[in-house]
Amino acid sequence: MTKKVLFYFPKSETEKPIVYHLVKDYNLIINIFRAKVTPEEYGYLVLDVTGTEQDIQRGLDFVKTFNVDVSESTIGVTWNAEKCTHCGNCLPHCPTRALTIADPGTRRIEFKSSLCVECLSCLENCPFGACSSLF
Amino acid sequence: MPIRTYEEINARIESKKAVVLTAEEVIEYVDRKGLEQAAREVDVVTTATFGPMCSSGCFLNFGHSKPRIRMTEAWIDDVEVYCGIAAVDVYLGATQLRQNDPANLDYPGEFRYGGGHVIEKLVAGERLQLFALSYGTDEYPRREIRTYFTIKDLNQAIMVNPRNCYQNYNVAVNGSERPLYTYLGLLKPNMQNLTYCSAGQLSPLLNDPLYETIGIGTSVWLAGARGHVYAEGTQHAPTCARGPRDVPIEGAGTLALTGNMKDMKPKFIRGVSLIGYGVSLALGVGIPIPILNQEILRRTTVRDRDILAPVVDYSSDYPNRTGKILCRLSYADLRRGEVTVLGRKVEVGSLSSYEMALEAASLLRDEIRRGEFLLSRPSSPLPRSQSLKPLEIRDRKRK
Repeated sequence: MTKKVLFYFPKSETEKPIVYHLVKDYNLIINIFRAKVTPEEYGYLVLDVTGTEQDIQRGLDFVKTFNVDVSESTIGVTWNAEKCTHCGNCLPHCPTRALTIADPGTRRIEFKSSLCVECLSCLENCPFGACSSLF
Repeated sequence: MPIRTYEEINARIESKKAVVLTAEEVIEYVDRKGLEQAAREVDVVTTATFGPMCSSGCFLNFGHSKPRIRMTEAWIDDVEVYCGIAAVDVYLGATQLRQNDPANLDYPGEFRYGGGHVIEKLVAGERLQLFALSYGTDEYPRREIRTYFTIKDLNQAIMVNPRNCYQNYNVAVNGSERPLYTYLGLLKPNMQNLTYCSAGQLSPLLNDPLYETIGIGTSVWLAGARGHVYAEGTQHAPTCARGPRDVPIEGAGTLALTGNMKDMKPKFIRGVSLIGYGVSLALGVGIPIPILNQEILRRTTVRDRDILAPVVDYSSDYPNRTGKILCRLSYADLRRGEVTVLGRKVEVGSLSSYEMALEAASLLRDEIRRGEFLLSRPSSPLPRSQSLKPLEIRDRKRK
């Protein structure tokens, strides 16, 4: 099977050859789509891992031991519920309605990351800086 | 026919017996009970709004350093403040850009930080940098100071907002073929989207359209602090076009508000960055309406579907002040998310948060129910007969 995952590396973990171990020790085939690895800074990897279900699980468990965030959502856009004031300025700028009204009564906004295509127009348009992107 | 007086309402609030509803709850309540019965029961209706209000700012007093400085120019977190008043008093305005912000030189500018953000940090209790200069005098010899402070270190931090709570507001569209970056957000070409900015049926002055209870001296809930209306707001223009039940169908009235920033809730004081336009401050305001008679109650039952806003083209009609209105839409239409303007489907965005307005109205309602917030009778009413004067461009010689 193939699984798409996102690894987020905090500052201190970027020097370790994690991908090497996934290939060598867990028999996984790796296909990297997106990466940022800068010394002394945070980094990320978006990749496909192919292998048996068991190997993938063991591989991901191994990665987690390094204080690396492993996420199955490969979307780099995040929405900060604390910063959002639910004004609704983003609504006409989000082409896939990933940002949408959760409750028509109060007009509360929610973010469905599965619908996000990372066009980043919410980043430009949010007056309160509620949206940001890892990439 | 008067039903109750301010004194009677306050007595009921103090004994925690006041019946208080939000301007949203009262609609259904009056539907159910009938106007006459409801007017006998309801003492107060709370209204509120949350949105960018550019004409906001605050007076701060820093206290005196040793040796003293008068401060003739000053910056907080590199945002310039006005010093043309007494020593160590400054006025910080919401739309002031940070020093060296490229503004729209690299169009559209991002305007990430400015006066509104400094006010947000101040209310949130964060540490800020003060840098000030002076020419030095015999009694104020210091000529330069750099220090760090929080709101707790200040003697006073008093918000003074000359124009808040616009009674109604334009809905902005863009009929041109290029994107427009406005104070109502990014307007895509060919009327692909529009933006409105009002709390509609919850908004203070739409629930008291003729200023029968909201006047100078009215107590307000300003981002959680006890504040009041200190004057008519700038550009207060009550003689505007009005629809059924005297509800304005354009800008109309405004309020000048003041309150102590040390008592404000950070959630309701938020810096705003508008791409290609500038910075501002969004704030939450709640205003209680005393139900002195049936008519006042009836006016608080106004619904989104009864309130019309003018749709204005911000590509040419607004900047050139042609006065042209494309059509009028109700807030009920706008809240559907998609409307029709000149036969074209247009997606709707908003800069006013109904969710936050609802929260402010509910917090104020609960404070009144608990006996913590008393109402005040205005010391004088807001003007009802003036209109908005334009600025004429004249030659130096008088004709």
